[in-house]
Parts: sequence; structure tokens; C-alpha cells
Amino acid sequence: MTADIIAVESGTSNPLLRLWRNKETRGVIIQVVTVFMVFAFVNWLVTNAISNLDALGKGFSYSFLSKSADYDIGFSPFIDYTSQSPHLKAYLVGLQNTLVIAVAGIVLATIVGFIMGVLRLSHNFIMNKLAYCYVEIIRNVPVLLWILFVHGAVISTLPKPRTFDGVDATLFFTNRGLYMPAPDFHPLALATLIAFVLGVIGTFIYVRYAKRKQVQTGQTSPVLPVSLGLVIGLPVAVLAMTGFPLEWNHPELDGFNFKGGFVIKPEFMALWIALSLYTSAFIAEIVRAGIQAVSYGQTEAAHALGLRHNRALQLVIIPQALRVIVPPLTSQYLNLTKNSSLAIAVSYYDIVATIGGISLNQTGREMECMILVLLTYLAISLMISAFMNWYNKRIKLVER
Amino acid sequence: MTNTIVPAVPQPAYPPGSHPDLPPPRNLVGPVAWVRENFFGSVTDTLLTLVGLYLLYLMVPAILDFTILDAVIDADSRVQCQERGSGACWALIVERFQLSLYAFYPEEERWRVNLSFVLMFVALGPVLFDKFPMRKVGFVFSVIYPFLAGWLLLGHFGLEPVSTSLWGGVMLTLVIGVTGITFSLPIGIVLALGRASNLPALRTLCTVFIEFIRGVPLITLLYVASTMLNYFLPPGTSFDLLLRVLIMVTLFASGYVAEVIRGGLQSLPKGQFEAADAMGLNYWQSMRLIVLPQALKVSIPGIVNTFIGLYKDTTLVIIIGLLDVLGIMRASLSDPQWNGLAAEAYIYTAVFFFISCFAMSRYSIYLEKKLHTGHKR
Repeated sequence: MTADIIAVESGTSNPLLRLWRNKETRGVIIQVVTVFMVFAFVNWLVTNAISNLDALGKGFSYSFLSKSADYDIGFSPFIDYTSQSPHLKAYLVGLQNTLVIAVAGIVLATIVGFIMGVLRLSHNFIMNKLAYCYVEIIRNVPVLLWILFVHGAVISTLPKPRTFDGVDATLFFTNRGLYMPAPDFHPLALATLIAFVLGVIGTFIYVRYAKRKQVQTGQTSPVLPVSLGLVIGLPVAVLAMTGFPLEWNHPELDGFNFKGGFVIKPEFMALWIALSLYTSAFIAEIVRAGIQAVSYGQTEAAHALGLRHNRALQLVIIPQALRVIVPPLTSQYLNLTKNSSLAIAVSYYDIVATIGGISLNQTGREMECMILVLLTYLAISLMISAFMNWYNKRIKLVER
Repeated sequence: MTNTIVPAVPQPAYPPGSHPDLPPPRNLVGPVAWVRENFFGSVTDTLLTLVGLYLLYLMVPAILDFTILDAVIDADSRVQCQERGSGACWALIVERFQLSLYAFYPEEERWRVNLSFVLMFVALGPVLFDKFPMRKVGFVFSVIYPFLAGWLLLGHFGLEPVSTSLWGGVMLTLVIGVTGITFSLPIGIVLALGRASNLPALRTLCTVFIEFIRGVPLITLLYVASTMLNYFLPPGTSFDLLLRVLIMVTLFASGYVAEVIRGGLQSLPKGQFEAADAMGLNYWQSMRLIVLPQALKVSIPGIVNTFIGLYKDTTLVIIIGLLDVLGIMRASLSDPQWNGLAAEAYIYTAVFFFISCFAMSRYSIYLEKKLHTGHKR
């Protein structure tokens, strides 16, 4: 019965055409056809890959990861790595270096970006225009060019280590890197570390307590001095009590280069500065737009309530601006992390340069290495965006 | 008899309400007041002004000296440059200028590059400005332009063929940028519509594709294009490296464009979709006539920003061995005659990118202002 009615309505008795004209069945048909085509395409790619790999006698296996890597990595702050270490360790060192540059870059870019963003809004004519020039010049030039430029500047303008012969200093800016004293840890120094961790935990608890007190009674507590005291004062006090059990390992000139101490390599410096400056220009624009997005009525209302300017900023304007700032800020953080893959241009050993570069060339395992690199970046990206989605949800305005 | 109190104030010279406006106090207008307001408004302001002036004092003379006053234009080598002046050695740029534009494109065929460059502006006109004369006809030309330019640059069909391995310099940058921009927009629109569609399988496919593209750096995709792509094709097939790069760059940009357009689609009130359905329009009609015109209008600034990003990202091709303008200039650093002139080479490239990107971002601001029909304070 119903089939007849549909046939009459659609004006045809051809069953196929009838199916096509029904919205639901059409949807199903389109999806089945698309999925089938995508599946066929992927299948074609995989079959090709298998036959090509077979022809080369390679197969697909990750067993090379446990073989010795046979190459040196000049920069590995936290993981012990030698050229005898397996490829897996080279991969981990690369991952570590990517994360190190990403975190360091995000911190510096955020600080510079916020300062520049606020200066862009300043009434001071000179500072306003300087910040404008900074933002426009930095963000309209490719990041790779900045990296090469800063690297060239670091290498060519800083002096050679030899020129510091006989110079007495704690910091040495040389074209082989920035040398500084490294602390040699004494077992007693552990107490300071514990004090620091306790201070951080204590601050968290105190902040929560202060917030609850304010919500219940309306009384504010001195959050900043107490937190500073807990995070900085407590470790310093413990350090003094244990009698400063720290010894500094000073860098010393030995032949053509420095020995000892802690060194920040020029590749790292160049990449760090270039990535941070590049991203900071975008962050500055985001901050400016975010603060401007808060309607001026909010400021006036806060002043009408009797809040002083600083309190108005802190309690009314910044919380609302953050809501606008955070989503694009996240994508800038992601961009910085992904742009750190340009490390290869200045031979900083990030994940693309180690497993996707040297390991790939040595083992000839293009497929396995690239899949590993792609998956790692995907995992990092998804984690950052998951965290930011959670944060976004937390600070979102609660509406109906 | 009553005592009338004579008012102490003199009678106003004007009837109430007709007093002319007085000029503002003299210390609130004029250049002096402007300076006071903008430079010395408060203690912090004064400090900032001093810091700013000091920065300018540090930077401006140094930059002027290096780029203009002590610079050398006329020299044959770096050594000669250093003899003639302590500033920048622009002689390098003078000598490498042709190379930086065309790279190794045969000299007698370079008119084809110039012609496609000029035609690019003819094709861009009707797209960018709605008051362009004969806009309808111009649009047709804009659509066929990419193919026309491809023919002009590549050759065949009556023109001398030029291998893409000879391409480079500014020309290659523009080819990659323009191709990516032209083809990523339609692909991005389709992906965005797919992600917003209510067919679950289609939506999942588009989402996975977009998230994958946005989750990995372009450089890894370029590596895949240059080293791995041959594995996925039938044995014996191999195609042009530039074509592979173009495909990857286009797909990469389309993922980002799709996200921007999705934002535009989400900003539309649901009533628009429902009204389109109620009018009896089918899916493509409602998208073409109702949804996309509004969604695209909202997302145009974001799309232009994506394009600027794509244009700057074209420099990454130097890592897989193509010589775009940055690559050509960088290669000149290892020339024994000119080696060590990194600052000059990079400044030249930076100026090139700055001009093109700044123009694009100005255009985006112009569009934003033109399309802004809402309330503004």
C-alpha cells in the first residue's frame, strides 16, 4: 500500500528511481557508495605498498628499533644517549627534544605575546606603534626564514669560545652555545626539592581554601604573598638550613671549546628564539582582540561598583577576555609544536630529524619511520586539544 | 510695599538654551595636549616613552647605516663590497635578482612566466573587488586562469616544454601558493559540508581526514610525498616531485580551510537551514543559495589568514630539495664569491614575503570592514 502511494507521489514506477528519491534511502546509498570507494582506494594503496615492499625484499617490521643507531645526537638534556643506543632510544630522545622545544617555546611566546598584546592597546603612541611594527614584521615573514635568520645571526655574531681565554665570568655567550654553571647535586639538596614540591602542593590547597572562604563569607585572603612564600620562601629557607649543599660546576675553557657546566646549544637557542618570536606575534594579536572583545560597558559597570582599576581588570575584564583568548591560543600552541619540526633546518635533533631523518636514511625503513612520526604528532596534537577542550568547557559561560 | 531682592548675578546675555558652544580649554587641544596625552599621561606612560625613544635611538641609526648609508650596490664580490663600505652588500641581490625570480627557467622562454604573472592580476581583479568592470566575464577568465597559466609555464601544445625541475625562485613560490589557494578552497568547502552533514559515515570520514591533516606538521607530509608516495603507487609509476608537493600542499591547506568554514557554518542560526528546507529547496540548492553565501561571508577573513599561512609555508619545500625564493637565496650563501652574506640574502627574501603577506592581510582587513554589517561601537 505505502509503496504505491510513494510511487504515485514521486511520479514514477521505476523502483530504483523511487529509492533514490526517498531522502533516507538516498542517504544510505550515498554513504555505502562513499565508504565502499574509500575502502577500495585504501585497499588499492595497501596492496600496492605490500607488493612494492615485497619487490624490494623489505617487509614491514619495527624490529629495527632495537638495533644500534650508530649516530650521535648532540643535544639530549634528560636522556643518556650514546651512538650505541638503539633506534628506539633515538626516537625517545627526538620526542624529548620536540617536547622540550615546544614547552620552552610556549612559555617564552606566551610571555612576549601578552606583553606585546597589551602594548598594542596602550595609549602610549611610541610603544603602540613599536608593538604594531613588531607584530606585522614578525608574522608576515615565514617562520623557516626566521629560524635560518636567527641561526645565522647566533652563529656569526657571537664570539668563538677561544676569545674568552682568561676571562672570568659565569655566563659565556659563544657561537658554540651558551655556557653556564651547572649545579652538582648533593644528597642533602633533595630536602630543598621536597620543600619545593610541598610548597607547590600547599599553594594549591591554600588557593582552594581562600576561594571557598571568599564564596562563603566574602572575605578575601592574601593569596599572592602566601603562595610566593610557600613556593620560593620555603625552599630557600630549607636550603639555608641545610647549609647550601650546592656546588656549582663552572665551565672551563679546554682547547677550542668549554668543558663542564651546562650548555645551551646554538641550534636550540636559534630555534627557541625564532619559534617563540614568530608565535608571540600571533599571540599578541589574539590577546589584543580578546581584550577588545570585552565590551566597554563591563569596565564602566565595574568602576560603578566601586572596584579600583586593577581589581576591575582582575575580576571583570580578564576573566571575560580569557574566554575569547583561550581557543585561538591553543591552536597557536599547537602550531608552535608542529613548527618545531623545522628543527631539521638548523640540525636540532627533534623527532623528525632523528627517527624521520637519520634513522630513516640508515635503515631504509621509510614507511615505518614516517608512520611513527605522524602518529606521534597526532597523539601530541590530540592531547593538547583534548586538554584545551576540557579547559574551555570549564571556563565557558553557563547559559540556559 | 515689599522689599524686592535684586538678584546679585547679572542678567544672562543670552536667553536660556541659546548660549553658543565655547571652545574647549586650551590645554586640552592642540599638539601640546596631544603630546601630553600620548606620551606623558602618567608615570608609567612617561617611562614607556623614554624606553621607546631609547629603543628607537638604538635601532633606527643602526638599521639606516646598515641598509642604506654604508651599503654597497656596485661590486663584483664580497671582498670588494667590504672594501667599499661596512654596511650591507646589496651587490649580491643585484647579481642574483634574475635568478631569484626565474631560477633556471630558460631565458628565451621567460616571457611566458612574465605573461602568466600579469594575467594573474587580471584574473584576481574580479575575484577581489566587486566593483571591477565586466565582473561576470572576468570570473570566467579567473576560472580558466589556473589551467592557462599551467599551459604557459609547462609548455606542450605549441609551446616549448619546460621541465619542472628547472622551476624555482619567486615563480615557484607563486606557483605553489596560487595552486594551493585555488584548489584548497573548493576542497575545503566540500570537506566542511561533509563534516557538518547528517550522514554519519560521511561525517566521520571528513572529520578523520581534517583532524589528521591538522594534527601533523606540513613538513612530515612533504616527506611522505617525496620519499614514501612511490610505495603506494603501482610499481613503475612515478610522477613529478612538484606535482606531488602541490597535491600535499593543497590537501594540507584544505583541512585548515574546512575548519574555518565549519566555524562559519556553525555561526548560522538553525532557522536558516530550516527555512531553506521549508522553501522546498534540495540539499545542494539550500547550500548554494542560503547557507554557503552567509557562512562564507563570515569566514572570509579566516580563509584569507589561512591562505597567508599557506603562502608562507611554501618555503618548507626547500627542506625536500625544491628551490623556491628562499632556497635560491640560501644556495647563494655557499657561492665562494659571495659566501657569508646571510643577512643580505635573508633580508631580501623577508622583504619579498613581507610585501606579499602584508598586502594580503590588508585586503583581509578591508574585506572585514566591508562585510561588517553588525553593530559597532
